[in-house]
Amino acid sequence: MSGFKLESQTARLCSGRLEEEREMTLSHLDRLESESIHIIREVAAEFRNPVMLYSIGKDSTAMLHLACKAFAPGKPPFPLLHVDTTWKFKDMIRFRDETAARLGLDLIVHVNEEGVARGIGPFSHGSRMHTDIMKTQALKQALDRHGFDAAFGGARRDEEKSRAKERVFSLRSAAHRWDPKNQRPEPWGLYNTQLVPGESVRVFPLSNWTELDVWHYIYRENIPVVPLYFSATRPVVKRDGLLIVVDDDRLPLEPGETPVGMPVRFRTLGCYPLTGAIESDAASVPDIILELMQTRGSERQGRAIDNDQVGSMEQKKQEGYF
Amino acid sequence: MPAGAESAGPPTDVDAVLEARDGKDQLRFIICGSVDDGKSTLLGRLLHESKNVFEDQFAAAEVESRTYGTQGSAVDLALLIDGLQAEREQGITIDIAHRYFETDRRRFIAVDAPGHEQYTRNMATGASNADVALILVDARKGLLTQTRRHSHVIALIGIRRVILAVNKMDLVNYDEGKFSSIVEEYRVTAGEMGIEEVTPVPVSALTGENVLAARGGTPWYDGPTLLELLESVEVRRDGMDGKFRLPVQWVNRPHPDFRGFSGTVASGYVERGMDVVASLSGRQSTVERILGPSGELERAVPGQAVTLVLADEIDVGRGDMIGDAEHPPEIADHFAVHLIWMDTQPMLPERHYSIRLASAAGMAQITDLTHRVDIDTGGYLAAKTLDLNEIGYCKISLDRAVPFDPYSESRQTGGFVLIDRVTNATVGAGVIDFALRRASNISWRQMNVDKAARSRAIGQEPCVLWLTGLSGAGKSTIADRLEQKLQALDRYTYLLDGDNVRHGLNKDLGFTDQDRVENIRRIAEVARLMVDAGLIVIVSFISPFRSEREMARALVEEGEFVEIHVDTPLEVCEARDPKGLYAKARKGDLANFTGVDSPYETPQDPELRIDTTQLSVDEAADMVIAYLESTRTGVE
Repeated sequence: MSGFKLESQTARLCSGRLEEEREMTLSHLDRLESESIHIIREVAAEFRNPVMLYSIGKDSTAMLHLACKAFAPGKPPFPLLHVDTTWKFKDMIRFRDETAARLGLDLIVHVNEEGVARGIGPFSHGSRMHTDIMKTQALKQALDRHGFDAAFGGARRDEEKSRAKERVFSLRSAAHRWDPKNQRPEPWGLYNTQLVPGESVRVFPLSNWTELDVWHYIYRENIPVVPLYFSATRPVVKRDGLLIVVDDDRLPLEPGETPVGMPVRFRTLGCYPLTGAIESDAASVPDIILELMQTRGSERQGRAIDNDQVGSMEQKKQEGYF
Repeated sequence: MPAGAESAGPPTDVDAVLEARDGKDQLRFIICGSVDDGKSTLLGRLLHESKNVFEDQFAAAEVESRTYGTQGSAVDLALLIDGLQAEREQGITIDIAHRYFETDRRRFIAVDAPGHEQYTRNMATGASNADVALILVDARKGLLTQTRRHSHVIALIGIRRVILAVNKMDLVNYDEGKFSSIVEEYRVTAGEMGIEEVTPVPVSALTGENVLAARGGTPWYDGPTLLELLESVEVRRDGMDGKFRLPVQWVNRPHPDFRGFSGTVASGYVERGMDVVASLSGRQSTVERILGPSGELERAVPGQAVTLVLADEIDVGRGDMIGDAEHPPEIADHFAVHLIWMDTQPMLPERHYSIRLASAAGMAQITDLTHRVDIDTGGYLAAKTLDLNEIGYCKISLDRAVPFDPYSESRQTGGFVLIDRVTNATVGAGVIDFALRRASNISWRQMNVDKAARSRAIGQEPCVLWLTGLSGAGKSTIADRLEQKLQALDRYTYLLDGDNVRHGLNKDLGFTDQDRVENIRRIAEVARLMVDAGLIVIVSFISPFRSEREMARALVEEGEFVEIHVDTPLEVCEARDPKGLYAKARKGDLANFTGVDSPYETPQDPELRIDTTQLSVDEAADMVIAYLESTRTGVE
């Protein structure tokens, strides 16, 4: 029927019109790149005091690369913010400081000192409370303290079901809450940037990227990423089905538990006691891409916090989690 | 993604794999239909069977099926899609979801639109950049109002191709006659709306019939399956054959030697050396350099984010548009538009809304609502307002001229949104049909004697002292005393009083919300003229709506508008009741009385607040004069 007819017509016309179309058309990755740059520029033009959340992972590293392109030959007109839970991998902190220095950007590091004083940690208080106090509450503190009215995040819609529902410009109340039932329409990429005092927006330039798109882009653009994404023999303990890499001596070992050296890497990065590694020999970006094309599990599989209960990501987002 | 790997075996050459992937074209489609037509189940089926669901995601849906599932012991595929807690609990879709998947032939962005009428507005976001609409109809129910409403919205948004999936064929015993009659009825409806191409397919999301493959239920159908249709439907990229347009987003000036204009090419293409024009000033120049995301370019195409460097120093800022000098973009401030209303508060003609069109922003008001569309019949109805999810045709007037194209020529430069100035909600989305008059013909005439000259001549800085408050709050009394005191200080003043103006200029207006809006609009315009004449204008009006006061503020320059809230509690006003109006209103003899059965929106951040339970009339007037003395020099 009509569908097939169209295809054969297209094939016949291949030599002429298609050639011209191709020249006029951006590749998939080029289109995503331009869309993200457009979003980043829109924020810089419309908001009083924007900030870019830099979580050091592959997504925020790609986002930062896009921000640099958006304002070339100048620099991005906003600082970077890292919310440090004090439980990140050592390699992440090293990479963060190198990256900010290499690009010559302002980096604000925020730690919830109150949480530190109370000794909050993933082992003593559980993953949920740790994430809430050291990450979600800490983020709100940092945004309030500096009066940021727009904050970029590297979240993608393909990561998780509730993220698939979120707008590119996501309005947050003065209490940083997300109201999923009352989101602003965004037809034609016309973003409503009007706020009443106290409100803010979270902006997601990578909304339409997939995990594979991000790695493809990192490969094409040769963007440096944290070495933890690449396979190496690391000391590992198995807990609740997760492979936890022992990054420092704060990890309390159960009786009889001994870290074993295994070739592992990470698909996502977070607090080391909450982020599961995967067994892998992928030691380069091309290896990772080939591995990804055959994988049967989603990238958030290794995140302890997502699976606490059904809908837990949505709930955390409503409470102000990115 | 798992898809490619499945059929081709493990790939080994990453460059070849990525090149093939990058060259694959993309189809963006929106799925619409009424509630319970099975949209989420169909999309879940499409993703699952095309191997685009990860194992842990499928396992999570299996677990949730036991709690929320509607398919007995089988996995409820809709749970792969409905991402919000409330959606899973209620088994409905509230907001659009974006799903990304690919097959060997194409990549897809599927936008799942909600079926409930109250969430129709959410679909405009997804429809605005879709190439094709997939419309679902329940074979048992046929076309519903919501099917027509969705079709209206997608036709208005400019989608010309529809795949009509008649779902739940298993529940009508795969009856060919049922299928054909729904298809025929839809073709007629779609034709009337301007949808050019309708391709039907009979499916069952539940059994998978004709989703990826025929399963033997419909031997009478030998056409392509749904996935085959999606893989082969022709995609027309927006803006390919249009004229060059670049809405300016950002002026890039990192150092004195570089000045570039950043934005995304909306249509057409631009080359180095091309003659271009800045539409607001009409000034021409030549493109000297094009900076793309990865450096210098010879040529930029639609959808590409670029920074242009021009050969001449011309004045261009955000909101302007750079275009082809041979086909320059037009500018206008008055348009005929199609409008979809998206807010629970109805659209009020004459009220001011913020507007966004490409990178331009300004104020707009609906000057005339020509008609409203009757969704069921497609006919036109006379209407005064538009309610949530209603579609109308109207005339709209802006406070400034903006560059534009008719929507039929360019989606990116012809679509706009309206924003409520108090709640900041996006309340409407519209598309420009045509400009009603070219702004170039009515540009503001620059006179030699201007406001500055007039105020110098009389030796004062003009301003508006806007007294707002309930009836009986004491506005007129304070205004009168204030004017006497200003006269004594040799100031030139004029007092506009609510009651007095209603005897003349506004005698044709009543007290409905619409008339109140128009009442204040006229007063605000008169106040502006008087400020232009150099006067200190005292306005004494209840002016109950925040957005109208904000509109009056926006008409004059920054600092010229002084909002004074004459703050008297309702009980006190009612006890005073100098004109006996509260008594009448309470008896029901007076409708729409502010504070009784019509709202008063308290000023949130007025320049001055006068508490008449604490201050005498003299003290109140002195407070205003003290404010004026502290904020202005008196003579320029």
